[in-house]
Amino acid sequence: MLLIHCPHCGTRPELEFSYGGEAHIARPADPSQVSDDDWASYLYLRSNTKGVHAERWRHVRGCGRFFNALRDTTTDRILVTYKAGEKPPGEAR
Amino acid sequence: MSAWRLPSGGHIDRSRPLRFTFDGRSYTGYAGDTLASALLANGVHLLGRSFKYHRPRGIMTAGPEEPCALVTVRRDEARCTPNLRATQVELHEGLCAYSQNRWPSLAFDVGQIAEWFSALLPAGFYYKTFMWPRSAWHKLYEPLIRRTAGLGKAPKLADPDRYAQQYAHCDVLIVGAGPAGLAAAQEAAARGARVILCDERAHSGGSLLADDRARIDGQTSAEWVDGTMAQLRANPRVRVLQRTTAFGYFPHNLMGLSERLTDHLAAPPPGLARERLWQVRAREVILATGAIEQPLVFPGNDRPGIMLGGAALHYLKHHAVLPGRRVVVATACDSAYRVARALQAAGAQIVQFIDLRPQTDRPALAALRELGIRCDGDLRIVGTRGSNRVTGVDIARIDATGAAREQRSIDCDLVLMSGGYVPSVHLFSQSRGRLRYDETLQVFVPGESAERERSAGACRGIAGLADALQDGARAGAAAASAALGTADASAANPAFTVDAAAPTPEPLDVPRASVAMHGPKAFVDFQHDVTLRDLDLAVREGFRSIEHIKRYTTTGMATDQGKTSNLNALHHAARELGQAVPAVGLTTFRMPYTPVTFASFAGQARGELFDPVRRTPMHDWAVQHGAVFEDVGLWKRARYFPRDNEDMHAAVARECRAVREHCGIFDASTLGKIAVVGPDAVEFMNRMYVNEWSKLAVGRSKYGVLLRDDGFVYDDGVVARVAADRFHVTTTTGGAARVLAMMEDYRQTEWADLKVWLTSTTEEWAVIALQGPRARDILAPLVDGLDISAAALPHMGVVEGTLQGVPMLLFRVSFTGELGFEVNVPAAEGAKVIAALHAAGERFGLTPYGTETMHVLRAEKGFIIIGQDTDGTVTPDDVGLAWAIGKSKRDFVGKRALARPSMQQSDRKQLVGLRTRDPHIVLEEGAQIVDTPGQRAPMTLIGHVTSSYASATLGHSIAMAVIAGGRARMGHTLYVPMPGGEIPVEVCSPVFYDPQGARLNV
Repeated sequence: MLLIHCPHCGTRPELEFSYGGEAHIARPADPSQVSDDDWASYLYLRSNTKGVHAERWRHVRGCGRFFNALRDTTTDRILVTYKAGEKPPGEAR
Repeated sequence: MSAWRLPSGGHIDRSRPLRFTFDGRSYTGYAGDTLASALLANGVHLLGRSFKYHRPRGIMTAGPEEPCALVTVRRDEARCTPNLRATQVELHEGLCAYSQNRWPSLAFDVGQIAEWFSALLPAGFYYKTFMWPRSAWHKLYEPLIRRTAGLGKAPKLADPDRYAQQYAHCDVLIVGAGPAGLAAAQEAAARGARVILCDERAHSGGSLLADDRARIDGQTSAEWVDGTMAQLRANPRVRVLQRTTAFGYFPHNLMGLSERLTDHLAAPPPGLARERLWQVRAREVILATGAIEQPLVFPGNDRPGIMLGGAALHYLKHHAVLPGRRVVVATACDSAYRVARALQAAGAQIVQFIDLRPQTDRPALAALRELGIRCDGDLRIVGTRGSNRVTGVDIARIDATGAAREQRSIDCDLVLMSGGYVPSVHLFSQSRGRLRYDETLQVFVPGESAERERSAGACRGIAGLADALQDGARAGAAAASAALGTADASAANPAFTVDAAAPTPEPLDVPRASVAMHGPKAFVDFQHDVTLRDLDLAVREGFRSIEHIKRYTTTGMATDQGKTSNLNALHHAARELGQAVPAVGLTTFRMPYTPVTFASFAGQARGELFDPVRRTPMHDWAVQHGAVFEDVGLWKRARYFPRDNEDMHAAVARECRAVREHCGIFDASTLGKIAVVGPDAVEFMNRMYVNEWSKLAVGRSKYGVLLRDDGFVYDDGVVARVAADRFHVTTTTGGAARVLAMMEDYRQTEWADLKVWLTSTTEEWAVIALQGPRARDILAPLVDGLDISAAALPHMGVVEGTLQGVPMLLFRVSFTGELGFEVNVPAAEGAKVIAALHAAGERFGLTPYGTETMHVLRAEKGFIIIGQDTDGTVTPDDVGLAWAIGKSKRDFVGKRALARPSMQQSDRKQLVGLRTRDPHIVLEEGAQIVDTPGQRAPMTLIGHVTSSYASATLGHSIAMAVIAGGRARMGHTLYVPMPGGEIPVEVCSPVFYDPQGARLNV
């Protein structure tokens, strides 16, 4: 069970969180202007990173807020967590 | 005093004799014995039969690595635990143990004929032999092989014991209370760290338990262990857990520990849990798990009476048991010399000492010879004798051509073997730390850590007691500093003054694989009966990776996790493949280190506590009226209300008629409810749902459809606008949580600029549906003067009011096709209100109905159930809901995907109704549909039945189905192939009842 640092509440066990998939995939502002292929990519294509992966978590059994984490998929070590809308901290990359 | 017990010494309490039975025979041991040591003290070596060949097996080790001596321990019929390692079972008064996998008896086992057929049971036999005739595998061969192969049997009764679970946090968790672990605990505690120290044995000390000669800082090893333990126990910041196995290393330094609380007690106090599962989150972890001695591979190396040298030393020193009197020792390393000397001193006769290594002029050999022991170098054991106990060995010198020279036989009653000690890296490997191959020791040792963890002592290949102590102390100091954020003071450790040689990893000066002796029944994996020949076969048949060789031969796949077999198998495979050991690779160690009971994981989550139960505010009302309940998610929902011994069919038919003719009352509280509130609430709803919400007036409601962004229907429900900035959204019962989660996702991460708040109100409201032509007559007198006439409250109208003074949000909605209302009142008032409504309605024939009737009534109207008539691949148009889409909206979740060409093809599966030609046949939900009769498999399937019921109202069965191009097939005859024959069906509209909706608008 991972130990996850919610940027709003502090460090809590994984039980309190739900996983939200890859981070920083924005929904196109005007989907009607997006090609079928690009829309399919937006819906379905995700990177399968070996190493540091930016991903979304939600503190669903806590403050309820979404936030992002950089996690090393080979060790499960979470390098940093940061609030939704913020850019990933560069130095952790 | 039993024949094999020494008159003095050991850590047993001779003043406390204990009586126990094994296979029904009575024996006596002492407090401090394990089942294994007590049986050895009684001269019993035969403990079980092997997994595949039913060969007699005895005690090979003295610890958790034991592959052979598996027994069933029985307290009573329900408390009966199979497959326990006799080497770990602590003796108590009245202990009752049985051998396994034998019939009719252990000494005479019919299953042993498996050995005669062993040529038919090579590695991967299940792929090769017993193939003809083909049908016989399932009926004959497999059941037969399954019955003869195997371990103990689980009891048939439920486990009556209690199992506890506990979370704990600490600065430093230390696994293993041997010399390194104790030194680490001492240092970490001295630096102020909160320490948890766990050890799987009843006594701390690890390898020191078998070492009465060591002196640490001037004390005997026992004095040093006792003193250290007393110091640790006195420290309030230290928790010591004995009889506690660290079985799993989980991410972020979470360790699973299994503490055995009562198995060692003759009469456990009532109420005390049998086991406690610890989940320990440690800032720093120290693994001090020691090393495991490896067996030698030679023909017949599995007979009872053949054991590891270190095990014999443990039984001798810790339990004061002499496992044999005429002893042959065979070794490939130096530690066995000490074992031979100790046994000789205790009165055994070492009839032959063999060093397998080619060098014949070792000084140690000469030293043994001076003690009068016959010893030789460069010899091999080429065979063993004896049926239920070893009676002799054949030894020989193997010349350069591989031929046996100077072969001779030796009579003996004990054979000790030592293939060197291997670091126990199980937990390190579980933590995903990277192992490194040590060329000198020819073993894998911990390399780079993945967690905040460090290994100390023998488990990282450190040799010798002094170094292990020093290494442990260093690790303890470093871990404490790391956990507490203080300066690392590990350099300032006290030095230990030591005089001893603990059993530890030591360099092997010959290749490990070279000491293996080929021949029949040279076992590598003792628990799974895998021999050298099986490994050879796997290599010969082309397997190259150790992962594949392991799976093909099943070596290392038994419950012992290959503790005594992995390394021998790996070295042998590498030699046969002509590759270096690291190139062949190492298999992954997985949890649990030793088996853990299921009950321990279940803990309190059994019976009524298995899952939380959700009951509606009107649950007791439903109970009073005889409801039969069904589980819907965690909810208990009334399914039907049988009267006078009605079956479900009769009750549902009566309930349906009552709703259509008079009125029914239904508990709809489980529907999900979400308050969507804020200045941007309407904009948010426009973006989420397919519908147009801007023009929905306050006091009106609408059927809403929610898609995912892939365009597929996700949920539905009635949505009311209760204020300009406030929507009361209802969801399906099962969808409540995931709909709110999806809304929150978009609100927080895509449209964070919108001023809107989402709140789950599912449990705030009790919801009572009144459905039927008399609904208004029943409700009107109770609503404190509120006008609920058709003019004032038309279909889909919503109004706030009171019901006998109770605040109420009243919906005029219908999921039955009849005039209907849904009364929403605060949850706490639900029971009172439903009783009032029910009483008021009785003279109108008001009838309680359940979910089953609700389903029939909605299906008669062609209303879909999300998840039953939809499956995550249907668009709104597929299920006839295209009318709900707000056509002028620029965007909503799912809109873009609906524009993809594949979402608009005419042959998509579409929702239609089905009528069976025979009105009495009720189709099976899930049944497949074909469009021509008489098809043979593989048929061309064009759809399936999603809902199907007997309609009492209509007098025939009804069904809904999704069928490719279904709407273009109206009136066509299709076929539902079933085991009893094809059922012809006619495609029709899914709206079977009142298609004009005349009954709604009254």
